[in-house]
Amino acid sequence: MNTTAVPATGEPAVRKNSPGAARGTRRPGRARRTALPYLLLLPALLLEILIHLLPIVIGVAMSFKELTQFYLRDWGAAPWRGLDNFRFAVDFDTPAGESLLKSFTTTCLFTVLSVGLCWLLGTAAAVFMQETFKGRGFLRALFLVPYALPVYAAVITWSFMFQRDNGLINHVLHDQLGLTDSPSFWLIGDNSFWALLIVSVWKGWPFAFLIIMAGLQNIPKELYEAGALDGAGMWQQIRKITLPSLRSVNQVLVLVLFLWTFNDFNTPFVLFGKSAPEAADLISIHIYQSSFATWNFGAGAAMSVLLLLFLLLVTGVHLFFTSRGRKATDA
Amino acid sequence: MRRYRAVASGAVAVSLLATATACGGGSSAGGGGSNESPKTLTYWASNQGPNIEADKKILEPELKKFEQRTGIKVKLEVVPWSDLLTRIMTATTSGQGPDVLNIGNTWSASLQSTGALLPWDEKNFSKIGGKERFVEAALGSTGAAGSDPAAVPLYSMSYALYYNKKMFADAGIEKPPATWDEMVASGKKLSKDGKWALGAEGANLSNNIHQVFVLGKQHGADFFDAEGKPDFTSDGAVAAVKQYVDFMAKDKIIAPGNAEYAQNQSLSDFAKDKTAMVLWQAAASTFKSQGMSDDEWGVAPVPVQAGAPGQGKNVNSMVAGINMAVFKNTKNLDGALEFVKFMTSDEEQKLLCNTYGSIPPVKAAQSDPAFDRPELKVLRDTLATSAEALPQVPSESQFETVVGTAVKNLFASAANGGEVTTESVKAELAKAQQQMPQQ
Amino acid sequence: MHSSPETGTAVPRSPMAAPRSFVWSRRIFLTLLTAFVLLPVYVMVSSSLKPLEDVSSEFRWMPSGLTIRPYFDIWETVPLAKYFVNSLIVAGAATVCSVIIAIFAAYAVSRYRFRGKRLFTVSVLSTQMFPGILFLLPLFLIFVNIGNTTGVALFGSRGGLILTYLTFSLPFSIWMLIGYFDSVPRELDEAALVDGCGPLKALFRVVVPAAIPGIVAVAVYAFMTAWGEVLFASVMTNDTTRTLAVGLQGYSTQNDVYWNQIMAASLVVSVPVVAGFLLLQRYLVTGLTAGAVK
Repeated sequence: MNTTAVPATGEPAVRKNSPGAARGTRRPGRARRTALPYLLLLPALLLEILIHLLPIVIGVAMSFKELTQFYLRDWGAAPWRGLDNFRFAVDFDTPAGESLLKSFTTTCLFTVLSVGLCWLLGTAAAVFMQETFKGRGFLRALFLVPYALPVYAAVITWSFMFQRDNGLINHVLHDQLGLTDSPSFWLIGDNSFWALLIVSVWKGWPFAFLIIMAGLQNIPKELYEAGALDGAGMWQQIRKITLPSLRSVNQVLVLVLFLWTFNDFNTPFVLFGKSAPEAADLISIHIYQSSFATWNFGAGAAMSVLLLLFLLLVTGVHLFFTSRGRKATDA
Repeated sequence: MRRYRAVASGAVAVSLLATATACGGGSSAGGGGSNESPKTLTYWASNQGPNIEADKKILEPELKKFEQRTGIKVKLEVVPWSDLLTRIMTATTSGQGPDVLNIGNTWSASLQSTGALLPWDEKNFSKIGGKERFVEAALGSTGAAGSDPAAVPLYSMSYALYYNKKMFADAGIEKPPATWDEMVASGKKLSKDGKWALGAEGANLSNNIHQVFVLGKQHGADFFDAEGKPDFTSDGAVAAVKQYVDFMAKDKIIAPGNAEYAQNQSLSDFAKDKTAMVLWQAAASTFKSQGMSDDEWGVAPVPVQAGAPGQGKNVNSMVAGINMAVFKNTKNLDGALEFVKFMTSDEEQKLLCNTYGSIPPVKAAQSDPAFDRPELKVLRDTLATSAEALPQVPSESQFETVVGTAVKNLFASAANGGEVTTESVKAELAKAQQQMPQQ
Repeated sequence: MHSSPETGTAVPRSPMAAPRSFVWSRRIFLTLLTAFVLLPVYVMVSSSLKPLEDVSSEFRWMPSGLTIRPYFDIWETVPLAKYFVNSLIVAGAATVCSVIIAIFAAYAVSRYRFRGKRLFTVSVLSTQMFPGILFLLPLFLIFVNIGNTTGVALFGSRGGLILTYLTFSLPFSIWMLIGYFDSVPRELDEAALVDGCGPLKALFRVVVPAAIPGIVAVAVYAFMTAWGEVLFASVMTNDTTRTLAVGLQGYSTQNDVYWNQIMAASLVVSVPVVAGFLLLQRYLVTGLTAGAVK
């Protein structure tokens, strides 16, 4: 069928160096040969089906049902609604559809900014810390702290800092620097978008930093030596050698960050509680509100299915372009 | 080939799904409870004390007492409020839940409509000593009118006006306001130099609902019509919401910062002499933990539009509290009823309500001298004479979410200097109403 | 070429000294970034040392009236030690299982050709696209049905939570390990096979030891996934099995929010994790190198 590994992780360089290696590992005995890989996959496959795929399939089925509190006890009895839930969700003339659309665009904007900033901070920090300098080990450890704190603890601390009257943020911006005429709200109103973005980046960038730092270590030293011989300065080396070499890292990193950020529930939920301000009404919170808070699981499921379709599309396009790009460079 | 595989795996998944949905809730369908395991009970208590550990320490000895008397062992779990409703929902869906549980009394009708809770008909009530033992107002918040209650009252509570004596003295105000006009007049004297008259939890959806529901009553409005259909945009409802938000927007007696409060910050402002009044249920223990002693604050009934608190347009509190319910599919029905009887007995009511600082919904227990403290007296009188239950309709929790959010949004815009007009309130409420489930 | 796991220390970019502009940019950038990272940590530390009535007052850089009481109170308010142990058990077991299962799956994908490989890897990826909130009820239902038919209690037990978390971390773990195994020269396990080892022996004697850093990386990721999850833990645990991520919420109750204790407890439970992180971070960095990256 095909020999490609995970499309996103790309064709490993090593494989090209030992062509036909996969064939070499085969052992004699036809049944054994075909069964073994499946046996190895079996535990992972079973778990993925049980915990991930089956609930998704049930979720898709839910989206065609009228699953409100009246039918919660016996899902089988809930009437089929056909596409009604979907129609309800995408009818942009009603407040429900309109707010879903708004929530969707907010989430897209938020995700793009958050992933972009996480990537930017992670890359910059990793590049700056590529060379040894005093205190590098300490900083590297320190930068991992946001990743190690429990989500609830980290986010609740930020919400504490974002309080209008007693928070650190306004203390600095308003009382000490005098940048604003009056203390601003961060947890309600339009600023809440930026508050959410800051928290999300704070929590998310160390992961990008790690992956990119790791990626940097794989860049062959010879490339830099050759660059230096050609008279390329430090900045030029970064632009001409370091960044292009990170391409395959970024393909994985950006996709994974994108999916995680898009579906992130914990951050907005801890920061704003059950009802997020309109400016920061991310799709995951929106779905929570349309299902758990209002006991209408059918509608929530329909929105989730639409979301799934959208993310499939994005991932498909991403994989299509990145794998095509890679083929071109590999050839 | 590949397509065939995809189709095949899809078919497998669908058949699995069919099994899963067919089984869904299967265990709970079939209705009535049994007495298969008469010696044990599982009980989900709500968090009533200062923290979960404290609750356990309070309840465990009582459960021991119950075990000694009946031989039934009660397995206690104190469920935090943040998880309780979700836990009940999953228990309802799966049929795997406790035998007996505490619910917020405003959820009664919503949970009743799921059909998962045991209806309290004549027969069941007689097993715990009869319906007459309970206070009328508390019974009003146990399920939809015209059907058997889904729960029985366990702890009751009502709203009162708490005021900071020192701040009142400093502003030269002699007595707490009895009407909203007096509130605004006194409020304007109190609100100066970084201090404010009234506290609010503008981002707390339930609290918003409690306040605007009462104001709605005072304006002659219900948020639901006689058939249980949402009616959020009536003149009275709009006026009520506007009056509440106007305390910040127009009268300027609520600090703008309160618009984002949802974690009882208004109580710590009160304890720090930054806010002179709050409308709250049983706040004494919180004031104490915030470093405020009992003689520094006073209690009065919540103001009304005119006259004295009473029924109809002079309602000044919602009926707050906790109900106790039995899951229909319990395997120890008799034991569960026995346990409810125990928890609502005069003796336990006096003891537990006294510990938790709430009002017993059991008439006989109310007369205990322990509930004659000035604070509890106000709360008790309010509950008995001028409190009304939130709408007992299945979509009550949706109502709390959407209207609570509408009030939160209006506060947010008021806090940012936006103007709150009858039109803007009406538009926000209309939006909320359109998010309600169609019936 | 491609640095082998054992020597995965950072490669100096060039022999020449860094220009001043670079050094200064680095100083400024890293200083700002450090401030950004440390700001909440500072708030946590300083708030955890204040009495409750001071915490909710206006923020001051230098707190007055320090107390270490919250560090004692945290154990009373909430059974913190129990939650900590629960989290450790759940996250630890989920990590071990997830790593082992991912090793098998990644080995199969990395070393064998078989039908459905691409379908497997792509569908594993697609599980990351459905919002977790909608998984909750179906998953609960599945667990209950398994319990009813087989008698294995998965809801409310640590087992169910472990199963859930290990599956959550599987997709990314498998991806990372595939890449990592690919980078282990095939000649190594081929030699083992020629020597008469079975494929599993070759995996555990040769491939796994060569891939230790990558496995550590996956383990850290799997651990953090299980350690911080809130939503599923809040529904699938009870009194005795509640994990930290949910248990920390116990410091905020209906009427009181013990801010100082939340901060103190968060710090106390994070110290062992951060310490473990620091010990492992060297492996982690080299581990991720060949994994997700190549």
